[in-house]
Amino acid sequence: MPTDFNFMVGGEAGQGVQSVGFLLAKVFARGGYHIFADQDYESRVRGGHNFFRVRISNNRIGAIAEDVDILIALDSKSIELHQAEVSSRGIIIFDGERVKGVSSNNGSLLAMPLEKLAEEKAEGKLMLNTVALGAALSVVNYDLGMLDTVLADHFGRGEVGNKNIAAAKAGYDYVQSERKGKFREIKPLSEGKRMLLTGNEAISLGAIAAGCKFMAAYPMTPASSIMEYIAAKSRELDLVMVHTEDEIAAINMAIGAAYAGVRAMTATSGSGLCLMVEGIGLAGITETPVVIVDGQRPGPAVGLPTRTEQADLQFVLHAHHGDFPRAVLAPATIRDAFWVTINAFNWAEKYQLPVIILTDQHLASSHTTVDPLDLSKVTIDRGVLFSDKEDDPSKYMRHRVTKSGISPRAFPGLGKALVVTDCDEHDEEGHLTEDARERTAQVRKRLRKSLLLEREIGIPRKYGSRGAEMTLIGWGSTYGAIHEAVDILRKAGASVNMLHLSELWPFPTTAVADAISKTRNSYVIENNATGQLARLIKAETGHDVSGLILKFDGRPFTPAYIAEAVRKEAR
Amino acid sequence: MVTTSDYAGLKPAWCPGCGNFGILRALDKALIEMKIEPHQLLLVSGIGQAGKLPHYTRGNVFNSLHGRPIPPATGAKIANSELIVIAISGDGDAYGEGGNHFLHAARRNHDITYLVHNNQVYGLTKGQASPTSDIGFVTKTTPYGAASPVNPIATAIVNGASFVSRGFAGDVDHLSSLIKKGVSHRGFALIDILQPCVSFNFKNTFQWYKERTYKLEEERYDPRDRKAALEKALEWGDRIPIGVIYEENLPVYEDQLPALSKRALVRHEIDRAKVEALLAEFL
Repeated sequence: MPTDFNFMVGGEAGQGVQSVGFLLAKVFARGGYHIFADQDYESRVRGGHNFFRVRISNNRIGAIAEDVDILIALDSKSIELHQAEVSSRGIIIFDGERVKGVSSNNGSLLAMPLEKLAEEKAEGKLMLNTVALGAALSVVNYDLGMLDTVLADHFGRGEVGNKNIAAAKAGYDYVQSERKGKFREIKPLSEGKRMLLTGNEAISLGAIAAGCKFMAAYPMTPASSIMEYIAAKSRELDLVMVHTEDEIAAINMAIGAAYAGVRAMTATSGSGLCLMVEGIGLAGITETPVVIVDGQRPGPAVGLPTRTEQADLQFVLHAHHGDFPRAVLAPATIRDAFWVTINAFNWAEKYQLPVIILTDQHLASSHTTVDPLDLSKVTIDRGVLFSDKEDDPSKYMRHRVTKSGISPRAFPGLGKALVVTDCDEHDEEGHLTEDARERTAQVRKRLRKSLLLEREIGIPRKYGSRGAEMTLIGWGSTYGAIHEAVDILRKAGASVNMLHLSELWPFPTTAVADAISKTRNSYVIENNATGQLARLIKAETGHDVSGLILKFDGRPFTPAYIAEAVRKEAR
Repeated sequence: MVTTSDYAGLKPAWCPGCGNFGILRALDKALIEMKIEPHQLLLVSGIGQAGKLPHYTRGNVFNSLHGRPIPPATGAKIANSELIVIAISGDGDAYGEGGNHFLHAARRNHDITYLVHNNQVYGLTKGQASPTSDIGFVTKTTPYGAASPVNPIATAIVNGASFVSRGFAGDVDHLSSLIKKGVSHRGFALIDILQPCVSFNFKNTFQWYKERTYKLEEERYDPRDRKAALEKALEWGDRIPIGVIYEENLPVYEDQLPALSKRALVRHEIDRAKVEALLAEFL
């Protein structure tokens, strides 16, 4: 029987919800399961209510599910808020000595002395979350030894690691001795190892693999973990991460580093990107390659700081005044985020322009299992470079007008060529000019790069039956949820397929127009309130879609939600 | 040998008699005397009449946005620490639009030199008050007089800059020697330059500055005394000190970056084995 099982860990900020969730995901990933796990947290350091969902399956999964099979409730609020999600055969694990008078209409209650066990067996009340973790694994009779290894890897092999191992064992043993009959057997599978990654980790690793050497950024949820990761690895990998005074400094500093010849990036969220907009145009006119990650969260302004949305699409397509080329990429999955990031650096340098990677809180902080990433498939293309040996450096012109629009790059100080550029309109040498002819030539030259860039854009991902009556269209992080919704609908007899975009600009006009004209009904599914992709499709292809399925409550789509919404729309 | 012809740039579009000419001469003189070749040099400027200066000499040039010479200058310095990086601003660029970068570059003590052409008025936009306009200075945008000015010297000292100085565009030799000191200094070196604006500032003229400036080098003055430096920083009016006001050896930002300890960042190759090891951490 295939396994598709869902854990949820709920509690206050500061109770260790995230670490239990992560460790659950890790221990099943080590056991060969596919994982999708997401995090729901509030903008506070202590208190409130957070939860972490971990879905495990022996099939590839790309989204969370709505039903909860085991709820680990670290506080009473988690039971109140989530009991409705617990399946009829589900179990709610909680501390029966700390939380009294609990009842639930769903599933069964497993009250156990979490805190007491933590104190007795692990000399610390704080370990109660690890006791609960052990208990949860015991309920499904999973391999405790595998958890021990994961705990030791996570907490180290010293005192903290040992105490956590003792706490987990206490929880595991308690359930084994007190509870008769197993809820469900989930055994480790003997499959090859996969990485367990968040979207932000995939982007960070992609950047490092692409040879990005410099990052400048200002902390902002949900992007901060990228700058933290790069900073943490800066010593061993010879990287530099500068925590700047503001986002304006961050993007301008990254552009300075890129001008001097290193691959450079910044990362922020929508309102941080608002401050960076001037830099997008600076990169445009100075033709400096820079990669900008926008981890979207609900806006406008501060919006919902810790939640998810896809409402920056129209903003990043247009941010800045004037005409100049750019690329906008939105990874479909966490695995995709690694490769998209590498692409972003290559395109930025080949076409000497800003590339924006659009993710969101859901992709940034969700975990999933990823098949090993093959670094031998990573190509690094730095574009056309000027060489002192082959050409006369005294004749070098940074913005030479060429047929392709691409002017060979030289780097200051690495040769004798003087590299001159200007945010004013400039002549071919890079010196400011107001000459009408030179202005026209430079604008045309910059825009010509778009024509080449357009050829890089692949065909959007398709899934489901060809010639289906209904096509679901999405972009970015919704890939997994829409993909599974197609499965649900097809199982129920619907004729449906999916078209999914992760390369949004230059827009794949022909492929999208073709897909829409071949289907009877097309629905655009987006985490925003106005259907920003649908507007882009209309603008670029002239096609209207049949309907919009929108969600803008700050929470991600689930496959079941999409399937139900499609049924309603199609009725 | 580095000569004047190495630094012959485009014909300046400044007003005849502009203080900027003195600054340009002083910079070229300093670079020639220090035997710096144009390809070793990076000039990063902002927007304003000062921002045009790099086009009128020679070197690598990144003419950045208004208020922003510091971020790309520091980014480029980190990327290639072999470059001699000089950032160039006006008073509006440095102390208005770019004020935050000024504070933090001083605090982090990046190893760059910062020339600020301070004419106490906006030139490029034609005569509005600047952050350093004298109190009460009446312009089209300050009909009731400018508010209290920014004190860049004191600001730089209290925020951790390790070289803080003031020059005068009307004394090219003195200014040139200051630039040489600033470029030689390890760390953030501010050279605030009194620059008469012949078109829009009829108060702070060549004559006005000439009557008031005096050289600290000719006094008994120790620029390593921070308290004394702050006192000098507050001196403005009948007597205006020029020269090195504060100088100290402080930890340099670029020195604390392990990646720069062996070679310039731009000269590093990707080590695939190390990237493989990173990936393995996620198993």
